[in-house]
Amino acid sequence: MSVTQLSTADVVRQALRGKRLDLRGTIFQLALLLTLIVSLGVLAALLVQVIGDGWVVFRDRGVDFLTSPLSASAKRAGIQQGLIGSVILMIFVILLAFPIGIGAAIYLEEYAKDNTMTRFMTANIRNLAGVPSIVYGLLGLAIFVLVLKPLTGGLSAFSGGLTLAVLVLPIVIITSMEAIRAVPQSIREAAYGVGATKWQVVRHHVLPYASSGILTGTVLSIARALGETAPLILVGAITGVFFQSSGNPIDRLQGPYTSLPTVVFSWTRLPAAEFRHLAAAAIMVLLVVILAINATAILLRNRYERKW
Amino acid sequence: MNESGEVVDTQTEMKPEAPAEKPTEPVSGPRLVVRPRRGSETGTQREAVFDVKDLAVWYGDFRAVRDISLQIYRSQITALIGPSGCGKTTVLRCFNRMNELIPDARVEGAVLYHGVDLYGSAVDPVEVRRRIGMVFQKPNPFPKSIYENVAFGPRVAGRRGKLDDVVEESLRKAALWDEVNDKLEDSAMALSGGQQQRLCIARAIAVEPDVILMDEPCSSLDPIATLRIEELMQELASEYTIVIVTHNMQQAARVSDRTAFLTVDVRQDGQRTGTLVEYDDTEKIFTYPSDPRTEAYVTGRFG
Amino acid sequence: MSAQAISREHGLAAQLSGDPRRRRREALVRQAFLSAATVSLLISALIIFSLIGRTIGFLTQVDLSSLWSIGWFPRRGFFDIKTIVVGTFLVSAIALMVAAPIGLGAAIYLSEYASPRARRLLKPILETLAGIPSVVMGYFALNFISPEIVQRLSSRASLFNVACAGIGVGILVVPLVASVAEDAMHAVPGSIREAAYGLGAKKMTTSIRVVVPAAVSGIVAALILGISRAIGETMVVAIAAGATGGHLFTVDVFGPAQTMTGAMSSLATGSDQVRGATGAYPSLFFVGFLLFVMTFGLNVVSERFVRRVRKRY
Repeated sequence: MSVTQLSTADVVRQALRGKRLDLRGTIFQLALLLTLIVSLGVLAALLVQVIGDGWVVFRDRGVDFLTSPLSASAKRAGIQQGLIGSVILMIFVILLAFPIGIGAAIYLEEYAKDNTMTRFMTANIRNLAGVPSIVYGLLGLAIFVLVLKPLTGGLSAFSGGLTLAVLVLPIVIITSMEAIRAVPQSIREAAYGVGATKWQVVRHHVLPYASSGILTGTVLSIARALGETAPLILVGAITGVFFQSSGNPIDRLQGPYTSLPTVVFSWTRLPAAEFRHLAAAAIMVLLVVILAINATAILLRNRYERKW
Repeated sequence: MNESGEVVDTQTEMKPEAPAEKPTEPVSGPRLVVRPRRGSETGTQREAVFDVKDLAVWYGDFRAVRDISLQIYRSQITALIGPSGCGKTTVLRCFNRMNELIPDARVEGAVLYHGVDLYGSAVDPVEVRRRIGMVFQKPNPFPKSIYENVAFGPRVAGRRGKLDDVVEESLRKAALWDEVNDKLEDSAMALSGGQQQRLCIARAIAVEPDVILMDEPCSSLDPIATLRIEELMQELASEYTIVIVTHNMQQAARVSDRTAFLTVDVRQDGQRTGTLVEYDDTEKIFTYPSDPRTEAYVTGRFG
Repeated sequence: MSAQAISREHGLAAQLSGDPRRRRREALVRQAFLSAATVSLLISALIIFSLIGRTIGFLTQVDLSSLWSIGWFPRRGFFDIKTIVVGTFLVSAIALMVAAPIGLGAAIYLSEYASPRARRLLKPILETLAGIPSVVMGYFALNFISPEIVQRLSSRASLFNVACAGIGVGILVVPLVASVAEDAMHAVPGSIREAAYGLGAKKMTTSIRVVVPAAVSGIVAALILGISRAIGETMVVAIAAGATGGHLFTVDVFGPAQTMTGAMSSLATGSDQVRGATGAYPSLFFVGFLLFVMTFGLNVVSERFVRRVRKRY
């Protein structure tokens, strides 16, 4: 009986062609891509909601919104005190968290021997980074507001600034440590080889090389601190209306304060629709500032990254 | 063709003071060019810069080298050779206390530098390294300008003000000045491999050391660059004491006055520890080695 | 040795001992950096100290039966723990239901499918999401998620409800889950993938049945970290989950409820301020202590999982 005989080549060719369209695989891939599209969609919906609610405030009042203090009347309320408060808090963060954080990172990466104590310190810092921000508020309340009241003035900008600095410190340390660790050992060896001391090696070679990474980390931590509200609420950030205490800077630092996200919080909670618009407008300002800071971080990183 | 120190054909020359206890045939093997040394004094009549006594180095529980005893003599080039893993670099790094940069590293025995124990409690490693410089296997210039690279050493040693003269002199001695004098502010990373290594040599010279240690300085360079650095080594030897680690036997034979051969000693438990097998004038190591292991290595039978 | 040589040796020894001023300066610098590092230890000690001290104070001063009562009404002396813990649990569970599929899906896509160009385009989306302050998400949860999504799902849902807060928290947690999971999958050596392709496996099979199992420790770590973050999230809950004063025990996700973090923020912003009524104020620290213990425990567990990933590869 004659049977149509397929040559070996034909058989192999058919086997290798397989199914042109891998349906399941493609669907799977699309499903995965969908997750990112959903994320994008959420961002878009957020922006639409916020801008949709908030632009009227800028249309009707423009810059006045930025320069007016808090008020019970929605037509007059503005974010001036929130802006000032946030700036003051960021100054605290920069002056306290950055030197201490970078210094700690230098110690742990360059000076500390690899023993149990060092490993414990590093693990402790990593744990601190995972502590919920409101717990830092409790720390601030117990220590800065109550125990250190003579210095800080209690529920004050001083306390708020210290609290935020403490909150941001672990992040600064971790990002700085990573940046320092990335410095090649060969550069250190070369520097030690010509008789440099440890501090000379750190100052002239390690820090310059790691500076872009450290800078990026610190700028990003400012963006993080800017958006924090929970700890500040516990440490006295006013959610209602208040009048800026006048007088010398020390009095002002020891007096009532608020921050931009706290203002958003207090306005969002108010039932009246006008305050919803104000909240949205404040959010727009907050997002613009945070976006600008993130963009600055990326720009700085690209500019300083290893010019050589 | 011999007294003034030129090429000596090892296969036709018989040295008159061949040791009596060994067969007086020169070892056969690849033709090695051995240069008799500058001056008439043999190595051991000079001042000993380093006196190493029973040196052992541990990394944690692992003993990398043991029983190393030798002297390094002034204004000579001493080569450390041996198969990979025999601890040559470890021994070299003992001379300028660079092993301390490795955690868990421990040094036993004594390394005397002009009679002073380098590892004494009162000795500052920073001072040690200003007198005993190092050039590394892979050129590692700083990611800064050529000028800054050379000037860094003197600066951290305390010299203030303009260092133009120091920089120029060091670059000249390193045979790099002619190539870079018009671009001192350019990045060192833009130089070729051979140029970078000469820059590293200039950097080491700039602190006016007594000794220069070189850890396989040519192993990542092409043959032409290698040759230039070997020539440079010969020039520098008149002013500095040089200790070089090399896995290239021919280089050791070409360049050095004395050679130390190390090898790996494998114990029953598998631990590989480096030991010193033989240390003598280079000529002797490569023509009449006393130890059969040395002979096997230099004739290329292993390693 | 000659007298000359001996004196030369002494001179050298003196030189080699270095400059005492320089040594002092180096020691000072080291001390300064060490002090900076010990600040971190100080902070931990202060956190634990301030929490434990006042927690003990609270437990001794309050009627312990109130810890298991009808609800959380701090100003009236009812401190039912299960109300706030269950509330936290509900919010976190919903958050994880949102964050896990989206976060893991994004991680698998970025790690296994995305070309470098696609990654450069898509990673910023996650990074932007990570930068959204929680008050903003709270606003979004109350003004968009609640009316548009939750109230469409259930007609009887109130404006303030657990579900919208949970979804909001979930969105905030997505970037964290995605980045930790992606790191874990990235750490899987290419040789394992190549082995699978070499056997004729398709991409989806390789991803699901080879890469994910290999990275499972890291993925679990990512989810645990996500839970920890969700538990600690305050502002979204404070804005969108309702329950300002107090609340009865409830499991209704379509209505308001009180969580641990929400309870804390209520106590802080309540009408009688933080200095207020006895029992109410120390309960703040009591809840904070519970929160700290829970998140700390979760973080430690997730560290163990991360370490398992590292050890493997």
